[in-house]
Amino acid sequence: MQTKDINENIAWAKINEDVLRSMENPRMGYWVALAACVAMILCAVLAEIYQYQVGMGPSDLNWPHMWDLYIATFVFWIGMSHSGTLLSAILHIIQADWRKPIYRFAEAMTLFSLMTAGLFPIIHLGRVWNMYWVLPYVSDRGIWPNFRSPLVWDAFAITTYMTSSALFLFIGMIPDLAICRDNARGWRQKLYTVLSMGWQGDDRQWRHFRRLYLMMACFLIPLAVSVHSIVSADFAMSIMPGWHVTSFPPYFVAGALYSGCAAIITLFILLRYFFRFDEYMTIPIMEKTCKLTFAIAMVWTYLNLVEFAATWYGHDLVAKELLMQKFIGPYAPFFWAMLFLGSVLPFTFAFEKLRRHLPTMFVVSLFLNLGMWLERWMIVTPTLSLSHMPFAWDVMWPSMIQWAIVFGSFGWFGMLFLIFVKVFPAVSMYEVKEMVFHRRHYHNDELESKSHRREGDRQPADADPSPSREGA
Amino acid sequence: MKRYYVMGLFSNFEEAFSTISEIRQHAIPGVSVDDVTLKSPIEHPEIEEILGDRGSPVPKFSLFGAIFGAIFGFLFLASAQANFLTQPQGGKAIITLPSNIVLSYEMLILFGVLSTVIGFMVNARLMTKRHPLYSEKVSLDQIGVMLELDEKNVDSLKELFKKHKVLEIREEVSL
Repeated sequence: MQTKDINENIAWAKINEDVLRSMENPRMGYWVALAACVAMILCAVLAEIYQYQVGMGPSDLNWPHMWDLYIATFVFWIGMSHSGTLLSAILHIIQADWRKPIYRFAEAMTLFSLMTAGLFPIIHLGRVWNMYWVLPYVSDRGIWPNFRSPLVWDAFAITTYMTSSALFLFIGMIPDLAICRDNARGWRQKLYTVLSMGWQGDDRQWRHFRRLYLMMACFLIPLAVSVHSIVSADFAMSIMPGWHVTSFPPYFVAGALYSGCAAIITLFILLRYFFRFDEYMTIPIMEKTCKLTFAIAMVWTYLNLVEFAATWYGHDLVAKELLMQKFIGPYAPFFWAMLFLGSVLPFTFAFEKLRRHLPTMFVVSLFLNLGMWLERWMIVTPTLSLSHMPFAWDVMWPSMIQWAIVFGSFGWFGMLFLIFVKVFPAVSMYEVKEMVFHRRHYHNDELESKSHRREGDRQPADADPSPSREGA
Repeated sequence: MKRYYVMGLFSNFEEAFSTISEIRQHAIPGVSVDDVTLKSPIEHPEIEEILGDRGSPVPKFSLFGAIFGAIFGFLFLASAQANFLTQPQGGKAIITLPSNIVLSYEMLILFGVLSTVIGFMVNARLMTKRHPLYSEKVSLDQIGVMLELDEKNVDSLKELFKKHKVLEIREEVSL
């Protein structure tokens, strides 16, 4: 098992070579994963076509269970989107250089999670042809949507977050797209030429680029926090038991960061394997991500306890009954599974041997995300099952149509992600160069002065440079 | 009058920086450090010490965008809500501050981000034609020092480049 950190003696040319080669030559596992994702999407498409033709009846979404897996999974995907951009921005501002090999795919994860989340309100509508109703627009009678509704806030916040995250991802890729442009042929070269927007790497461009990246990071941190706070307001601003909780916004933000970090671990291990990124996605970086996930898991656990205590001592009888039903009622197995997976399982991160064992971490990260998905389900469904009116108490088990669409959403996310990492560099080449430059510069000056001279380059002593017209 | 563009490719920042330092000390009469363009695969953290602080107006774009976004967001919502004046309100406020603050905040960020990106693209001169002396080696691992100068200074500059262990020199004449 390789436990070394990133090799600071690695040549810049090799970084380009490794990353560019990875885009053309993934392992067979990549294609298997892509095929599995497409098969999962087909399941969802068939289920959606059936639901579209027959109506919402087969999904069993009926009063009092108007919201179920679709909305729970919507919240899950919004949460998943948080870690990528938010962690990338925070780690950029605090200059944590270990983010550099992993931030690109984490930011891509953000974008594709949002694109997946955006499907669920549309699917949930049933009448998908009326999807534009979720947008804040004025109707032909001059009536605007109710701006006091958190559902309208959602539309604003998620649109802003998706736009800003997409720009953050794209802008951060421009220097790498220029590298791709300089090395690609055929359709790839045309694509990268357009996307790199004439980047030349001169001091003017770098200077503005740095300012831009810092400013965007500053904008994105409060934005990411606000987005999940607003999603929590969908629940917390109602008077439903179990939802009307003051601690919901930080609880949602912590849960979002948690599931996002767990997803970063999963994708880290997959990309490392598919694209042979052992030299860049190193075990020490993995360990740091695991420690961060552990810390966030403990915050999430604490906020759970706060929620339980507030409900227990709050003397709201309905909310207290709901809490008891979560502990011992029909949903208890899922509730306890959520607590076990979310609060106990992360203790595997406390052991160095386990943190360094990739297969274990892969399985643990998948279970953590299962726990986080259960958390969202346990927020949405039990409240609707046991609300203020006892005659409407009911236990809701999702239909196969709902399960198929939720299952397919993972395939949709996976497919988008896998296509992205094949077409665009999953590791930021220029940032990894900066990382090794900084480490080398402060550790070994002599090595730095020699490292960029390749075999075949003229040696300084016998240099007799004649003017070259290449590129003229 | 003919203008010459000359670019030297160096294997590392130290050699490129020592060349620029000599230019800064007027090693070539009539050529100043303001004529220098440094091309590199990464941004050197101490580049401002060598080239001088050239500044960036991008944060001003951010500030302008954010202020505009917040004002526009609030006015947009308020004007939309004003349509409700024609309907009975039952005592509720027409323009509601708590919800409008949330949405204005989102607009502040959205317009701040968009304005920052526009500021970057304008100031970094993206989407313009690449310079003829652009070298793919710059995106790989070499550092380019490019100057625009008169014909009489070209040979002196080449000598200076050679003195600092340049790997390759390229030049372009513009009429």
